[in-house]
Amino acid sequence: MTKRAVYLDYNATTPIRPEVKKLMVEALDLYANASSMHEAGRRAKAEVEKARASVAALIGAANPSSVYFTSGGSESNNTVFMTMLEEAKKSPRRKIITTAIEHPCVLNSAAHLHDEGLPVVFLPVDDNGRIDMDVYGKELTDDTLLVSVMAANNEIGTIEDIPLIAKMAVAKGAYVHTDATQAAGKIPVSVSDWGVDYLTLSCHKIYGPKGIGALYVRKGVPIEPLIRGGHQENGVRAGTYNNLGIIGFGMAAELALAELPEYNRDVRRLRNMLRDEISARIPYVRINGHPTEVLPNTLDVSFPGAEGESILLSLDLEGIEVSTGSACASGSLEPSHVLMATGVGPELAHGSIRFSLGKYTTEEEIRYVVEKLPPIIARLRRMSTVSAESAAVVGHK
Amino acid sequence: MDQFQWLYSDIVKDHFTKPRNVFNPDEKFDADAEGVVGNIKCGDQMMFMLKIKDDIITDVRWKTYGCASAIASTSMLSEVVVGMNIREAYKIKPNDVAAKLGGLPENKIHCSVLGDKALRAAIDSYLQKTGRPDAFKNEESVVVCKCLNITDKDIEEAVKAGARDWHQLQEATKIGTVCGGCKEKAEELLHEFVHIYS
Ligand SMILES: Cc1ncc(COP(=O)(O)O)c(C=O)c1O
Ligand code: FES
Repeated sequence: MTKRAVYLDYNATTPIRPEVKKLMVEALDLYANASSMHEAGRRAKAEVEKARASVAALIGAANPSSVYFTSGGSESNNTVFMTMLEEAKKSPRRKIITTAIEHPCVLNSAAHLHDEGLPVVFLPVDDNGRIDMDVYGKELTDDTLLVSVMAANNEIGTIEDIPLIAKMAVAKGAYVHTDATQAAGKIPVSVSDWGVDYLTLSCHKIYGPKGIGALYVRKGVPIEPLIRGGHQENGVRAGTYNNLGIIGFGMAAELALAELPEYNRDVRRLRNMLRDEISARIPYVRINGHPTEVLPNTLDVSFPGAEGESILLSLDLEGIEVSTGSACASGSLEPSHVLMATGVGPELAHGSIRFSLGKYTTEEEIRYVVEKLPPIIARLRRMSTVSAESAAVVGHK
Repeated sequence: MDQFQWLYSDIVKDHFTKPRNVFNPDEKFDADAEGVVGNIKCGDQMMFMLKIKDDIITDVRWKTYGCASAIASTSMLSEVVVGMNIREAYKIKPNDVAAKLGGLPENKIHCSVLGDKALRAAIDSYLQKTGRPDAFKNEESVVVCKCLNITDKDIEEAVKAGARDWHQLQEATKIGTVCGGCKEKAEELLHEFVHIYS
């Protein structure tokens, strides 16, 4: 008998959906270099451009040529920050504003610019993970070069008010970037409605292959190649076209856009069911993230008194796959920087579990999880030195 | 030991899912000594309770807020120490326990040290209570700083007394002030003890 697997880690990555897989298998034979002039090359190039149009449509970009393919979200984010390092050499503006809850590829890129001498601000967030608009307003000065705020957070799912953040930045003459890696395919994303200059996407979060992503760059804003070489992607990103990845990305983007309303409705219903059942069946839980401005598929919960890695591994032994903000699981001594930034104390951060649902999650799976979870939490709490009740109280500073 | 497969060895899985000698909140356990180490702020805490007769450990209970390797290794440790003389039990090292579990991956050893530290804290409190404080001190210590003959126990004591960084450790012990060759090892131990005792 194969072991039961209930995958609830879709924010980490998603499986390749069958439609995309089928197209990619066919595209395996499309080996020609999309930069070649011959017939086969032109055919490959046509597929690449078709995919570019689908990705542009997903993010409401009127002009597909403002979408550049990269190796993923990390590369797109790095490209924006490294562009700003160059830009700061020519511009009187030098300040970089980002947030304390970004993905490590943004945090470490920002830290690098700081090491290179640029002033960098990591905006604090409130209890729900939304950036502190007062601090933002004060920090947004005339010498601000870039504002980079993620559209939705990967751990707690909180959605930031990008239209307002962008409007304020533009009014001050700063460039605006948003990392929409987690937002795309889950909520409507629109570069025109949002008014951003740069936007990051990654394909493996929307049921496509890993190692492919995109960066949207509004016409007229600066862009420096991170990878120098040939003149693919108008010289913005060198390297022979990844036909296979790009074609898979195009199909994944097209389907994500078409299915968004349906996805949103179905996954939200199951996420709410999971949330309500957990709250009803387990005492002293804390739901992390924003109560309403949150991705429809994400549920981050702290179980005071029980340690996250022990919960994760107990669930894993039942075939339930999730992630945790506990330090132990990450191999560092620090619990989740996102939860700590929201003011959840270490007591609650170490005991946090992220459930991220996806398009293949079923109601039966959620029922299975809410049967298995309560005894696991009860067992760990019974043997704990920390009482759930007291941790729940002191946990939130 | 593979970083991800360790849990799935039969021994570890067994001790994680059915830990031995865990304190049951509904039972009455008249401990002769107790020790608590670790800090929930760092993500783990351990408590050991002992019944002792004629310096022999006759029964134990423990509780933890900790990860799977802390649970499995403390469960194993709790089985090993019953029937042991407290002097012998005092000398148990995390690696002895890890070996009995079939090994733990490098990044999990740090999580498994709390069990034996809590055991030692309980024995220390028992020695205190029976008028023999420090009776086992320096029995199993290892010299870290050769120039000044400073041991791991000295570092541990300095941390217990409040040293939290290299500067404070040096003030307390003078460690590393001659050739400086011990600094790396000493800082590693410092880090570990700070985690346990702060
Ligand atoms: C918010 C966010 N940004 C960036 C990334 C990195 O994307 P990639 O794995 O494609 O480099 C991820 C995913 O891991 C993410 O969740
Ligand atoms: S070994 Fe410590 S100062 Fe020389």
